[in-house]
Amino acid sequence: MSGGLDYRQGGPFKAPDDILVDDNFAQQHKLKIGDVLELANHNWTVRGIVGPGKLSKAFVEKKILQDLTSNTDKITMVYVKVDDPKIIPAAITGLKKALPDYQIYSMEEFLSLITPDNVPGLNAFIGTVVGLAVVFGFLVVFLAMYTAVLERMREIGILKALGASPAYVIGMLMRETFLLAVIGSIIGIGLSFVAKWAITSFVPASLPVIAVPDWWWRAGLISLAGAMLGAIYPGTKAARQDTIEALAYE
Amino acid sequence: MSSESIISVRDLRKTYHVGDVDVHALRGVNLEVRRGEFLSIVGHSGSGKSTLFNIIGGLTPPSAGHVVIDGKDLRAMSESDRTELRKQSIGFVFQKYNLLPTLSAGDNIALAQSMAGKSQKMDGDFEEVLKILGIAHRLHHKPRALSGGEQQRVAIARAVVNHPAILLADEPTGNLDTENSERVLSLLRDLNERLGQTIIMITHNPEAAAFGHRTARMKDGTILNGA
Repeated sequence: MSGGLDYRQGGPFKAPDDILVDDNFAQQHKLKIGDVLELANHNWTVRGIVGPGKLSKAFVEKKILQDLTSNTDKITMVYVKVDDPKIIPAAITGLKKALPDYQIYSMEEFLSLITPDNVPGLNAFIGTVVGLAVVFGFLVVFLAMYTAVLERMREIGILKALGASPAYVIGMLMRETFLLAVIGSIIGIGLSFVAKWAITSFVPASLPVIAVPDWWWRAGLISLAGAMLGAIYPGTKAARQDTIEALAYE
Repeated sequence: MSSESIISVRDLRKTYHVGDVDVHALRGVNLEVRRGEFLSIVGHSGSGKSTLFNIIGGLTPPSAGHVVIDGKDLRAMSESDRTELRKQSIGFVFQKYNLLPTLSAGDNIALAQSMAGKSQKMDGDFEEVLKILGIAHRLHHKPRALSGGEQQRVAIARAVVNHPAILLADEPTGNLDTENSERVLSLLRDLNERLGQTIIMITHNPEAAAFGHRTARMKDGTILNGA
């Protein structure tokens, strides 16, 4: 591994049941040197805490793990480091000749295998989740606007009695909805940073959280479209509401 | 008071369809109101006085008959025409005040001006009206901070700010105690006398009705006298 392990506390393995963990894992599980950690139905003693970014969050002796998982003398993957990136193609060709029964990849090829396009069904899953979020978001906004209009039916009756036209009432409600959607989107983006802070603070060893500004305008447009569409029906209903019935609304 | 008629109602009928049943709320009402007159309409619940109020106010169309308001026939009017009539020619005072709770008293009045497309600057005459109503110092307060009597006086100010030809008041003292009722009724009479404001007031209280020049009594969808 590049640069080897960077020990923050403790040191290398001293006993077969020793385990090394990275900073994030130790923080999340409140571990310190000498603590016992149960992992894979085995009790391990924390011997060292290392810096993150070394391909794994926890490290144990290879032979112990092979025995525990009934894979004696077997390994799943070997990373090969070369001195110069220019020799990667030659190194791969040489390895393929020497090990014809094994899959040999460059890091670029390996990473491309774990993108959404190469995981069967992942894109469809993500699309479904986003679609459901949009539908439920739309329904929530729709119901919120519908309730808001019902609660203000009397006020709308007063406006109509004063001479407000249906277009005036719809325009007023749509302007309010637009403003609420824009403010809500800005607050939502702000809350995503709060969520990011909470995840990295309380469960730092989970998946990495990245803020993607490219999605801000898309999310804003989705919420704006949901809010405006959700407001049209109750807005139109309110504008057409009989003034006398609206004034009698409690 | 002028001899010119500002409201002319001829054989006015209104029928509501409730399920399979027809409810005849007005059964041939005839009424003349002169410009500058203060008319009280009294009657028990179900006599048709609120229906008459709603039709004259352009809030609902008649089923049959003629209603001419300031020279305009309501039967020939579309919904948008009636909206325009409410905006320009009629001011409403309701029993429950119907002020917008999120706006201050002054903003409630300004909203009526804005709706009618008029300047929100109050002219000298209207400032005089605010003094008469005794609310000039309360314009920055929200309705919840005002007493019932003050809220009704703000509602009256809102109703007359655009100088409408007609002021319609539906049970304006229905939610007020005796002292505030007398004050509001006196103010309506004062506005009628000072500004020549035509006022139609719906009430079931004979004492309140006595503040008007004339009283029309309604029963079972018709006017018994005073037409």
